[in-house]
Amino acid sequence: MSKTIKLKKGFDIKLAGKADKQLGDFNRAKTFAIKPADFIGMQRPKVTVNEGDSVKAGTPILFDKAMESVQYVAPVSGEIVEIKRGEKRKLLEIKILADAEISFESFEKFTESSLKTLSKEVAIAQLCKGGVWPQLIQRPFGIVANPQDSPKSIFISGFDTHPLAPDYAFTYKGEERYFQAGVLVLQKLTSGKVHLGLELDSEIAPVFANVQGVQVNKFSGPHPAGNVGIHIHHVDPINKGEIVWTISPFGVIQIGKLFLEGRYDASKIVAVTGSEAMKALYAKTYLGACVDTLVNGNLKKDHIRVVSGNVLTGEKINNDGYLGYYANQITILPEGDYYEFLGWMKPTSEKLSYHRALGLLSFLKPNKEYVLDTNVRGEERAFVQTGVFESVTPMDILPVYLLKAILAEDFDEMEELGIYEVVEEDLALCEFVDVSKHPVQEIIRKGIDLIQYS
Amino acid sequence: MKFLRDLLDKQKPLFQKGGKLENLFYLYEAGETFLFSPNHTNGIKGAQVKDAIDLKRMMITVVIAMIPCLLFGIYNTGHQHFLAIGQTAGLWEDFGPKFLLGLQLVLPIVIVAYAAGGLVEAGFAVVRKHPINEGFLVTGMLIPLVVPATLPLWQVALATIFAVIIAKEVFGGTGMNILNVAMTARAFLYFAYPAQISGDQVWTYLGDKVPVDGFSGATALAVAYNAGVDGQPVTQALAEHNSAMGEGLFSFYNMFMGWIPGSIGETSTLMALVGALILVGTGVASWKIIVSGFAGAYIMGLVMNLLAVNEYMAMSPEYHWVVGGLAFGIVFMATDPVSAAQTETGKWIYGLLIGVLTVIIRVTNPAYPEGIMLAVLFMNVFAPLIDYYVVKANKNRRLQRATV
Repeated sequence: MSKTIKLKKGFDIKLAGKADKQLGDFNRAKTFAIKPADFIGMQRPKVTVNEGDSVKAGTPILFDKAMESVQYVAPVSGEIVEIKRGEKRKLLEIKILADAEISFESFEKFTESSLKTLSKEVAIAQLCKGGVWPQLIQRPFGIVANPQDSPKSIFISGFDTHPLAPDYAFTYKGEERYFQAGVLVLQKLTSGKVHLGLELDSEIAPVFANVQGVQVNKFSGPHPAGNVGIHIHHVDPINKGEIVWTISPFGVIQIGKLFLEGRYDASKIVAVTGSEAMKALYAKTYLGACVDTLVNGNLKKDHIRVVSGNVLTGEKINNDGYLGYYANQITILPEGDYYEFLGWMKPTSEKLSYHRALGLLSFLKPNKEYVLDTNVRGEERAFVQTGVFESVTPMDILPVYLLKAILAEDFDEMEELGIYEVVEEDLALCEFVDVSKHPVQEIIRKGIDLIQYS
Repeated sequence: MKFLRDLLDKQKPLFQKGGKLENLFYLYEAGETFLFSPNHTNGIKGAQVKDAIDLKRMMITVVIAMIPCLLFGIYNTGHQHFLAIGQTAGLWEDFGPKFLLGLQLVLPIVIVAYAAGGLVEAGFAVVRKHPINEGFLVTGMLIPLVVPATLPLWQVALATIFAVIIAKEVFGGTGMNILNVAMTARAFLYFAYPAQISGDQVWTYLGDKVPVDGFSGATALAVAYNAGVDGQPVTQALAEHNSAMGEGLFSFYNMFMGWIPGSIGETSTLMALVGALILVGTGVASWKIIVSGFAGAYIMGLVMNLLAVNEYMAMSPEYHWVVGGLAFGIVFMATDPVSAAQTETGKWIYGLLIGVLTVIIRVTNPAYPEGIMLAVLFMNVFAPLIDYYVVKANKNRRLQRATV
């Protein structure tokens, strides 16, 4: 039974710098990198290549000793130019200098009809070997799924409500066939349903329009209505001991390509966004690409911050840093390291606020697109204001109580208050609106780690 | 502003680790962050942009919301004095002298409250090495508004120091406290120095002047209570009271407007409602607590009417809204987010019970003419219990889902 859920709670952060729906003529990146830190829950990363080795797209380069069957593969063909390690030899990046022409490892090919009779074991083996398995994320905890588990359902979110998020209708245009094939494979992995969350009252992207074998659930409302965690909470909530998997449409399409074409295809279209991007456009690139070709020469000014991902859940990277494994956009923002005279009481309509306290006038201009910088806008304090987190969290969860339980390291309380149902992105808005400037997402991850590793 | 910034930057090393005055870092920081919002940027992971709000802005909004009450209180203090000595009858006659007199009486109280509390706050910040809590901006203003203008300044200082230490700092500062700090200060005065904050003689400043014949100085609450005891209809007693200070001193209209004796800032229901409008409009205070607080008082007033065995119980419920400090207490004290219930459902219950308790205390307890102070403190203590059950209901929903 497909469900329709109208959400009221939440907040859309409207920013300047939305990408125009066209592909920019950015040069392809020269280097690509896989960063173990992108895979949350990876415990003992082990590199299987050496500097100087040449790899094809789909050649295994890394695995986790705690889950050896899952291969992490090279997104492009080329030469391993650097295996960067940090303190205590902690693995930071595996860098690949890409060939001009990408060559692929070949994997077994299937047809649409043979996919229907595919066995679960064969599917899992191909997914793990073919490098697409890390696209499957396990809830609770938001970690790379374990092939030995059997989730009660699999969730895909077909729209992204994050600030300046890419439009899936544009980025996945023409991928219908692969998406459908990916869904067929996913069906083998769960005893339950594959759920696809779409936006209510808006045109359905062609890539999702005629897909078979999924339960379509529709959601309306402000961000985080597009977050898969919100969908799970309202459609098939996670109780203690249960497992649900999530995957992005990109992951589904990648699976489809692996099975239909027999190759690991890491090409993706990412949105180059943000107020400081001269050309806010879409760019065709590959997973793990160096962002220098998207950033350099495309800046309105020098003092900026490049974010891999969106402004709520993203990660600061250098101008020549690498796109995160799961990122589908980069955001270029002004850096906010300046003092502001009486900044805490000056009336302003230039800074966005969810609140309406004295002098915060942004509520008068609900449709304005704001230029926000990275200033914290205040100092960290104890929790004072109440009721705000609840009003931006469209789930039956009490965020402040959950956060306090985590800070107190009270395991029973965390469980009872719903730690299994959230990951960082679901409460990212709380971090934005917080009067007391708590690192909400960091605290949530700390709580998840406590529960997961205890 | 560059020269100010340069000045601060030049002094900064003195207060930083290894500097001569490193112990005073948080004092420096308080001054610096007051003048300039800091240049901190968001971390590598997580939200890269933040909302423009911070605690300073939130607290200053509450202070602004109290300004109408403060200004009204200043004028009313002068006005009551002039009424009591029979100098003027008109509301706006002698505007200047009234305001000046009020200022002369109220301003020192405000300054002493801020200074005493500020010193304690600064002392704790230095010793405990935590930033100065902005919550004090509000407390320092609230305390003067809930005491009579005749209160000796040393008592203001003592009460403020007591409240900031015992009600707040021992728990760890703003955000950790259980009781509303300003209400604690008032309760301290009420029990430690009742002669200066209760009875009929403290509410109107007389100075060395002789009051007019027939002057009583009683508050509306005292008049209402005594009427109940004497078996006289309360509204009639209020209407006829103290005609020496002008006709209709305790008319409903006058009490709503606030031209009556009482603590400095609490007499005017209208000004409290203006404050409520600011607080609710800016989203700083919970409208749920305010609405349910007023509703609770009205409902309990009606219940009292039904059970009436004396005239006070039979008083029209809407009078409870305008006599005494109910409106001020609900708008500014009950809504303190730290000491109030913190769940949305809990706020309804919390506010409602404050209203209900206030009326019960007023009507049935001869020792306490005003109930809002104890009602707020009492519900402060019970707020965590209310929240406990609301949170438990949330947990149970999750648990039930799992077992179905």
